[in-house]
Amino acid sequence: MENQTSTIQLVQASLVRRKRKERFLKGLGLSAICFAFLMLATLVISLVASGHSAFVQTHVTFEVFVDPDEIREKRLPRGGFDDALAASLAEYLPGVDLSDRATKKQVEKILSNGAQFHLRDLVVADPSLIGQTIELTVPVSDPYDQLNKGGIDPDTPEENRRLNDKQIAMFNQLVAADTISKPLNWGLIINADSRFPELAGLKGALIGSAWALLVCFLISFPLGIGAAIYLEEFAPKNRFSNLIEVNINNLAAVPSVVFGLLALSVFIGWFGLPRSAPLVGGMTLALMTMPTIIIATRAALKSVPPSIREAALGLGASPQQTVFGHVLPLAMPGILTGTIIGLAQALGETAPLLLIGMNAFITSAPDGPLSSATTLPTQIFIWADSPERGFASRTSAAILVLLGFLITMNAVAIFLRSKFERKW
Amino acid sequence: MLTTLPFVLLLMGALLAYVINRRAAVSLRAGGAALHSSPGYHGLFAGLAVIIPVMVITLLWMFLDGAVIERMILAGLPAQAFDGDDAGAVSLILTEIQSLAGGRVFGEPEPWKQEAADRLNALHSASGILLIAVIVVVSIAILALRRARLSPEMRARQGSERLIHGLMVFCSVVAILTTIGIVSALLFETIKFLNKVPLTEFLFGLNWEPQIPIREDQVAASGAFGWIPVLIGTLVVTVVALTVAVPTGLFAAVYLNEFAHQKFRAFAKPILEILAGVPTVVYGFFAILVIAPALRSFGAGLGLDVAPNSALAAGVVMGVMLIPFITSFADDAISAVPQSLRDGALALGSTRGEAMTNVLFPAAIPGIVGGVLLAVSRAIGETMIVVMAAGLIARLTLNPLDSVTTVTVQIVTLLIGDTSFDNPKTLAAFALGMMLFLVTLGINILAIRIVHKYREAYD
Repeated sequence: MENQTSTIQLVQASLVRRKRKERFLKGLGLSAICFAFLMLATLVISLVASGHSAFVQTHVTFEVFVDPDEIREKRLPRGGFDDALAASLAEYLPGVDLSDRATKKQVEKILSNGAQFHLRDLVVADPSLIGQTIELTVPVSDPYDQLNKGGIDPDTPEENRRLNDKQIAMFNQLVAADTISKPLNWGLIINADSRFPELAGLKGALIGSAWALLVCFLISFPLGIGAAIYLEEFAPKNRFSNLIEVNINNLAAVPSVVFGLLALSVFIGWFGLPRSAPLVGGMTLALMTMPTIIIATRAALKSVPPSIREAALGLGASPQQTVFGHVLPLAMPGILTGTIIGLAQALGETAPLLLIGMNAFITSAPDGPLSSATTLPTQIFIWADSPERGFASRTSAAILVLLGFLITMNAVAIFLRSKFERKW
Repeated sequence: MLTTLPFVLLLMGALLAYVINRRAAVSLRAGGAALHSSPGYHGLFAGLAVIIPVMVITLLWMFLDGAVIERMILAGLPAQAFDGDDAGAVSLILTEIQSLAGGRVFGEPEPWKQEAADRLNALHSASGILLIAVIVVVSIAILALRRARLSPEMRARQGSERLIHGLMVFCSVVAILTTIGIVSALLFETIKFLNKVPLTEFLFGLNWEPQIPIREDQVAASGAFGWIPVLIGTLVVTVVALTVAVPTGLFAAVYLNEFAHQKFRAFAKPILEILAGVPTVVYGFFAILVIAPALRSFGAGLGLDVAPNSALAAGVVMGVMLIPFITSFADDAISAVPQSLRDGALALGSTRGEAMTNVLFPAAIPGIVGGVLLAVSRAIGETMIVVMAAGLIARLTLNPLDSVTTVTVQIVTLLIGDTSFDNPKTLAAFALGMMLFLVTLGINILAIRIVHKYREAYD
C-alpha cells in the first residue's frame, strides 16, 4: 500500500512542471506584446529623433545693399540679385576676397537658392528699394543648416564632409557676427515643394490632401450610407442582396494598388480625367473608403433597438419615415465615427495615388481639384526618395505631421463615440 | 467656373422645384382641399424628380464630352497630319493641340495645329454653354410637368419614397459596379498584354526584365515577361512577414485573452491597434531608416552579407504591421469559444495554460486560420513597404538576405512616370495586377468562408 501513490500525489508531483509550462506560455505572450510595443516605440522615437530638427530652420539676418549697379529698375525682374546678396553678405566676412570666383561662389552658396528670388520679389514689389539698404532674413542652404544643427561634425576629416574648413570658418564668422538664428520652420507648412530641402514645404501636399479627402467624403459618405441603409433596412433576403454583400466584403479586402490600376485605366484612360488631379485621387479613395463606411453604418444601424422601429411603425410612420426620422439620427454618432476612421485610412493611403501620378514634382499649391497636386503620403514618398540629406529629416517631419492629423482624426472619432454613443 | 456652374444650376433648379411645389401644395390646402401627402413631400418629390435626371445628364455629359470633342478634332485634321495610323503619333498630336489650346506654346506650331487648337477651345466653350442650356431646359420642363400634375390626390410621399428607394439601390449597386470596373479594366489590358506576350511565357517564364528597347537596334534589352521570379520574391517577403507576425500575434492574443489583467488589456489593445493605423508609407520609411541598416550591421557582425534592400527588412516591417491584425482576429476567435468549454476544462483540473493550449486554442483554430489567411492576402497586396524597402530587380532566389522584388513593386515601378497604354511594359503591370487580384480574391473568399462557417458553429 505504501508504494502506491495516490492521484493527488501524482497531480502534485506534476503540478510544478505544469505550472512552469503555464508560466512559459505567459512569458511568451508578454514578450510578444513587448516586442510589438518595442517596435512602436522604436518607430516613434526614430521618427522624432530624425524629424525634430526639421521643425526649426537656420536663418541668416543681414543688411543687404540693393546695389543700383547690379539691379536696375528698367531691367526688372532681371538683375544681379545673387551678386548683390553675396557682396552684402561678404561685409560680415572680413578677410574674404570676392574677386576670387571660387570664393564668391562659396559665399553665394551659404544662402539658400531661394534668397535671390525673395529679394527679387521684394524689389519688384517696391522698386524704390533700389539703392537702399534693407535688413533681410533668409534661410541658409542645406549644408550650413545641417552644420548649425550638428548634422556635420567639424572634427571629421575634411574630405568626408560636405563643407570644407574654409566654409566652416565663414559660417563661424557669421555666427560670431550674431547673424544666425534658428526660428521655428514655418516654411515646412507654408512653402510648396522644392528641389532645395531648406525651401521645401508641405503646403501643396496639405492642400492636395484636403481636396482629395473632400472629394472622397462627398462621394463615399452619401453612397456608403445609402447602400448601408438599403442593405440593413430594406433589402429583401435574396440572391441579389447577397451578391452585393459578398461584393462589399471582398472590396474591403482588395489590395489598394488594384484600386490604383482601376483609376488609371478607367478614370484616366477611359474618362480622360487629368493625371495627378486630387479629383481622381479622391474618387479612387472614395471607392476604397466606401466599404469601411458601409460596414460601420450597418453596425450602427444594427445597434439601434427594434423597439424604436416598432414604435414609429406603430404610430403610422412609413418604413422610410421610420428609418430617416428615427433610426438614422440615433445611429449617426456611430456612422460619423466609422466615417472619420475611414477618412483617416484614406488620408494615409499612398499606393493608388502613385499610380495616378500624384507623386509629380510640383512647386506650387493646387488651385482646385483638377490641377496637379501631391498629397501628404505621396509627398513623404517623394522626399524619402530624394538623395539630399536635408530631405531625410524633412521626411520624418512630414510623417510626424501626417501622424498628427491621423491622431487628431482618431481622437475626434473616439470623442464622438464616448460622448454620443447610447447604450440601450 | 465651367465645371461648377452646371452643378450650381442643377441644385438651384431642384431647390426651386421644391419651393414652388411645396408652396402650391400649401395654397391648395389653404383653399380647403384635403391633401393625400403633406406639402413637404410634394416639394421633395418635385425636387428629386428634377435633380436625379439632370444630374445623370450632367455627369454623362462631362464624362463624354472630352472624348467626343477629341474625335471631332481628329476628324477635322488635314490628311497630312498623320503618317500612317500610329496610335502613339495620334496621341502626341492631340497632346500638342491640347497644350496649344491651354495657351502653352512651344516654338512655332504649324498653322493647322493652331487652327485645331482654336477649334478645340471653341468646341469646349460651345459644349459648356450647350450643357447649361440643356440643364436649364430640362429642369424647367420637369418642373412645369410636376407643377401641372400637382393635385390634392397625388401620392407625392409614395412617389418620393420610390425615388429614394431607387437611389439607395443605386448606392448599393456602386459596389458591384466597382468590382465590374476592376475586373473589366484588368481583363481588358491583360488581354492586350497577352496579345504581345504569350500566356505560357508570362506564367512559366523564369526571366522578368520589362525593359523594352526604345530604339530598334538597342543592345541587350529585348524584354522578358516571366512572372515566376516576381512571384517567388513576393512569397519570400510574405513568408518572412508571417514568420514575424503569426507567432507574435498569436502569443499576444493568448496572453491578452487569458492571462492579462483587465487593466493591462484595456491599455494594451488600443496601443496594438495604433500599429495597424500607421500608414504603410511610414512603415516603408521606417524600414529604410532603421530596420534595414540595423539588420545589415547585425548581419555584418555575424559575417553575413545582407543586401541593403533585403527581403528580410521589408518582411520584418510588414510583419510588425500585421501583428495587430492577427492579434485581434485570434482574440475574437478565442473569445467566441463558448464559456462552457473553458469552464469544463478548468473543472477537470487543467491549469489555465492547459485550458488554453488544449481546449480553447484548438477550438478557435478555424477562426484563427481565417485571420491568418486574410493576413496573407494583406501581405501579398501590401505595396508601399516593399516599394520603398525591397528591390527592383527580379531575382530567382529564396534567400531572404538577398534583394528581391514583388508583384506590387513591379506594378508601381512600371506605372510611375509617363505611361502609354500600348506599351507591353505598361500592360505587364495590368497583367500582374490581374494575378494579384485573382490570388487575393481567392484567399479572401476562402478566409471569409472559414470565418463565417466557424462563427455559425458556436452560435
